[in-house]
Amino acid sequence: MSNQNSCSKCEKKGIILLQHGALCQNHFLSYFEEKVFKTINKYNLLNRDDKICIAASGGKDSLTVLYLTKKYLEEKKISKENLFALVIDEGINNYREHTLSDLKEFCNNYDIPLKVVTNKEEFGYTLDEAYPIINKETKKKPCNICGVWRRYLLNKYARQFGATKIITGHNLDDEAQAVLMNIFKANTKLSAGLGPISGTKEQDLFVQRVKPLYFCTEKETRLYTVLKGFKVDFTECPYAADGFRANIRDMLNDFENKYKGTKQSIINSFLAMLPLLKEQARGESYAPPTRCTICTEPANKDVCNACVLKEELKNA
Amino acid sequence: MKIQVTFEKDQSIKEVSVEGNTVLDLLNHLAINPETVLVVKNNEVITEHEILSENDCLELLSVISGG
Repeated sequence: MSNQNSCSKCEKKGIILLQHGALCQNHFLSYFEEKVFKTINKYNLLNRDDKICIAASGGKDSLTVLYLTKKYLEEKKISKENLFALVIDEGINNYREHTLSDLKEFCNNYDIPLKVVTNKEEFGYTLDEAYPIINKETKKKPCNICGVWRRYLLNKYARQFGATKIITGHNLDDEAQAVLMNIFKANTKLSAGLGPISGTKEQDLFVQRVKPLYFCTEKETRLYTVLKGFKVDFTECPYAADGFRANIRDMLNDFENKYKGTKQSIINSFLAMLPLLKEQARGESYAPPTRCTICTEPANKDVCNACVLKEELKNA
Repeated sequence: MKIQVTFEKDQSIKEVSVEGNTVLDLLNHLAINPETVLVVKNNEVITEHEILSENDCLELLSVISGG
């Protein structure tokens, strides 16, 4: 074994190479968990009196964030009554049933209450049913429809179940991709909504979203799930074909491979600019959200995007 | 040297002849970016610098989520 392969902290055999050297299994697990807990503390992602909704899917990121949030609450001696998981069943055949089954088993094993909300019950259509109808009229892609309904349901039901924070499993790769996508598409206003904590406390209608895995790469997160023995289903969503994001992801991974720390540097640069982006967004056209005239959920227009989709289905 | 590689994604198995003797040599041969996989040998995750031996059996775990 070469020296490059030895843990930089204890000389044991390394299992991952990071920017500043290799780490063995034990040191990696400590490093990863400390990084997540430090993120929660530094950005004040959770308060003692928060009721926490974890947006879960059954994928590696959501299982990791479920497990570590529960561990964090236990270490801080905060009641686990404050925690529940919420999953949106979009109605995607041959996909969601697999991840949902793993998620139910995981939540059962770790004693985390799980609430399931479905597109079918809420909107009358599964995503599989709604997509061809909406697409025929509007050319909207499945991920556009899925994203609008998912965000709507997460916020609506997290709030109805009394949550004061929504935890998501977004990791460093997701965020670095989003930052670059917004730059490449000149959507810098959208970047004002990124960061480890989104939304503002004054907006009661929108539950704040927080990202404890903000500084964890996708590779680190997968390694954590492997070492912890979490059962993760890797069935791909049949609609997952966002060519633009995939190209950005590949480009970032190429850079990361050549120049270790690239993704972290993008996020560090972004965080330095984020206060300015937020200030600019507030100054330009800040208007507090109103309520949708159809469903009364928060909206930035008269009718929220979820109801716009419902109307398109009704009129098809 | 000859290495047997199992791809987690589709459970396919491939026998690969590699020049060089490290995991990185193997990944380069397969045109796989090390950032996108974890490499497992005898149920242990190993780094790109690990030295391989003839007829080693490896599994490649995909890091990227599928949506």
